Amino acid sequence: MSLSAPATGRPIARRLRAKLPVLLALTPAIVIGFVVYLGAMVWTVRLSFSTSKMLPVLDWAGFVQYDRLFATERFILAAQHIAVFGALFITLCLVLGFLLAVAIDQNVRGEALFRTIFLYPFSMSFVVTGLVWQWFLNPQLGLQQTVRGFGFSDFKFDWIVNQDFVIFTLVIAAVWQASGLVMAILLAGLRGVDAELWKAARIDAIPTWRVYVSIILPMLTPMLATAAALLAVSVARLYDLVVAMTKGGPGLSSEVPAKFIMDNFFERSNVGLGSAAATMLLATVVVVLAPWFYAQQFRKRRGRA
Amino acid sequence: MSALAEPRGPKPKRISLARLGIHAFLIVVAAFFLVPLWVMLVTSFKTMNEIRLGNMLAWPADFTVEAWYKAWSSACTGLACNGIQVGFWNSVRILVPSVIASIAVGAITGYAMTFYRVRGANALFGLLLLGAFIPYQVFLYPLVRLFSSVGLYDSLAGIVVVHVAFGLPLMTLLFRNYYSSLPIELFNAARVDGAGFAQIFRHVFLPMSAPIIIVATILQVTGIWNDFILGLTFAGRQNRPMTVLLNNIVNSTQGEAAYNVDMAATILTALVPLTVYLVSGRWFVRGIAAGAVKG
Repeated sequence: MSLSAPATGRPIARRLRAKLPVLLALTPAIVIGFVVYLGAMVWTVRLSFSTSKMLPVLDWAGFVQYDRLFATERFILAAQHIAVFGALFITLCLVLGFLLAVAIDQNVRGEALFRTIFLYPFSMSFVVTGLVWQWFLNPQLGLQQTVRGFGFSDFKFDWIVNQDFVIFTLVIAAVWQASGLVMAILLAGLRGVDAELWKAARIDAIPTWRVYVSIILPMLTPMLATAAALLAVSVARLYDLVVAMTKGGPGLSSEVPAKFIMDNFFERSNVGLGSAAATMLLATVVVVLAPWFYAQQFRKRRGRA
Repeated sequence: MSALAEPRGPKPKRISLARLGIHAFLIVVAAFFLVPLWVMLVTSFKTMNEIRLGNMLAWPADFTVEAWYKAWSSACTGLACNGIQVGFWNSVRILVPSVIASIAVGAITGYAMTFYRVRGANALFGLLLLGAFIPYQVFLYPLVRLFSSVGLYDSLAGIVVVHVAFGLPLMTLLFRNYYSSLPIELFNAARVDGAGFAQIFRHVFLPMSAPIIIVATILQVTGIWNDFILGLTFAGRQNRPMTVLLNNIVNSTQGEAAYNVDMAATILTALVPLTVYLVSGRWFVRGIAAGAVKG
């Protein structure tokens, strides 16, 4: 161990020479961390307090952009949509992913095939997912028409063109895409459960479902939290899927914050307003993820000690 | 994590109602996962006349690959009708340098952070991780301004730099975790023999990195191929990746949409990551586990 801090007590010049390649190697990471991440983030926050329209100006306008933002119906709608989408998407993914992982863990036949099927949508892009579901749910030629063709002539499933329900079609498509990820993470956790635990449970004649609910589920909490954090990140980023599947419509009924920001930055020449929305998104992500990040660090420190 | 191979869990008790239920559940969910893929496939082999009849589940009565030819070589985006192949080759030109560069930078960063205790390295790692969790929208506008002021905007080099930057947290995490799991004596022994930073990396750790390089390659190939927003923002008209072109082909059609061509183009775009997934199998899962569970 003493050698990993080798240069102690040697001449300074030599220490510097030894450090130089390390610093050189870390230069890309330093530039990316401080310029691309921190710098750009600070700049965005700064712009949200300016009057920037088409081009960025660095004047000070106080909270003007935020006042405008919260008076913009489109943004309020986007925020409501993402809240509904996020809650449903994360819950459904976790529930379905957990059920799938538990079901697969029962020594089922064709396990590898099932695993492959449940995870393949995750390898595809959100654009592909969106386009597939857009076609699948197309009321004129898709699912609705097909079921009607089977003789159920009253069958109605027009959610994708229905203002009140379009957000749920995004949930369905996203759950289809991502619940395999939860399954894979939790399955890895289940396979790590000590076989002794199962023996002990059987000796005590505890029913299997009871073991899963009362013993296994609590053991999987860190993995569930990690899965939830990953899903939460994809909720905040939700953009590609919406653009490909609904373009935010019909009307504004599937508008989301990430799309609102992109439109204001790059199409509507509203840099200040876009920055304010981006800052709000950033604040939300930090607030939501802070407890998870903290718990993670805590666990690691305890693991190391 | 390699224990994924042998199922453990409780021993099954022959055929019971519960086991039937479990299988039924798995089969129903599997159908939900497979139906869109099925619909996509059969639609791409139909004629538009047949599609208009409205049974999207049916096997094509008039099986044709014409839509695939059209999708590949003559589907239109706006005024240009050169098919999705343009996007395919653009994606390849973006993919190859981006994957190589992001893995190289990630490996060296991970190596340096593992074995050389530079002051502030942990804070830097934390900053990178934090960046990985924040939506791109928070960074994009200033980056566009920065890139256009240094002449990187709307260029192949620009999009490669962007992919390296946004890939760095995950790549660093992978390599850092991997190198931390190796015995430190390897490093110490090389150090005693007088090897320097670059020598130790090249002759000791790089040859041992094959497994993690495979995982990283799988993650980066699928991730970069599937990217939409970065390609849309930074690549410029000449270099628009396949996902962007696909979206333009499908969502900006004038007149009646050619669903068969749309679906063929969609499958073509999904083919690369899908192939990577099916061929790599367990490695893909390992990548997810390495990135997620330890994160």
